[in-house]
Amino acid sequence: MKARVLIRPKAGILDPQGIAVERALPALGFTGVSQVHIGRLVELEVEDSSQLEPICRTLLANPLIEDYEIQEP
Amino acid sequence: MRFGVVQFPGTCDDRDAVLACERVDGAEAVLLWHGERSLDGIDAVVVPGGFSYGDYLRVGAIARFSPMMESVIAFASAGGSVLGICNGFQVLCEAGLLPGALLPNVGLRFVCRQVAVEVVNADTRFTRACAPGQVLSIPVKHTTGRYYAPEVELESMQAHGQIVLRYAPDGNPNGSSNDIAGVMNAGQNVMGLMPHPEHAVDELTGSVDGLTLFASMALGAPARA
Repeated sequence: MKARVLIRPKAGILDPQGIAVERALPALGFTGVSQVHIGRLVELEVEDSSQLEPICRTLLANPLIEDYEIQEP
Repeated sequence: MRFGVVQFPGTCDDRDAVLACERVDGAEAVLLWHGERSLDGIDAVVVPGGFSYGDYLRVGAIARFSPMMESVIAFASAGGSVLGICNGFQVLCEAGLLPGALLPNVGLRFVCRQVAVEVVNADTRFTRACAPGQVLSIPVKHTTGRYYAPEVELESMQAHGQIVLRYAPDGNPNGSSNDIAGVMNAGQNVMGLMPHPEHAVDELTGSVDGLTLFASMALGAPARA
């Protein structure tokens, strides 16, 4: 089955990429945008979906600095 | 004594690390390919800088699972000395041998310059050839060098002398917590740092201060013919 994993910087950890994008937007005429955060999207197919959680914890995310969210269709 | 320098696909500072190790009196160095497992005859391990596995996914994340790293983890668990430089520091954090993690530089830019690094703890097997408070001139070159650990972890590290090197005041190149440039594990046998001591071993390139770290590691190690 197909699955998606969204990986984000943990709340409270400075995300300079998000800040850089947020600061670029007003110059392009987009105002009122805040809380921009940049993470990663991993798409994968697994035969056994119970493996997703350990896959995320072990490799896809570093739980010290990142949160992950598994999306199964 | 014999240093082993780990070589992953994408490592680029392995040759300089070997050169630095061999500039220490009585020391020799060999390369350790990531797909091998043997640490026979190795007295200390250096995990050098570069872009192991292309920095894919997250810096150090994939290198951490290589066969050689399994041996390095066992070596460290048995008390062996392991020094991680730049990407090697990132790998050791990912491997759980060091606390914390390295995040993208606050400025989002690659920084490449000589920095002043203060020896906060000179009573370690990595810095014992330094004077307490000595300031070393060593280059940094990285994009992902902002040291992060949770506040409670930082306090514990501070209390236990695990913060070994700091960037000199106003010289923090990446936004690291508490200006941290180098840390040790609680067992004090594993160290990681973002600056590159192996690039500061010859006056030709401006400084020989990096040699003190390799010389420290060799002090007290067995002599080899």
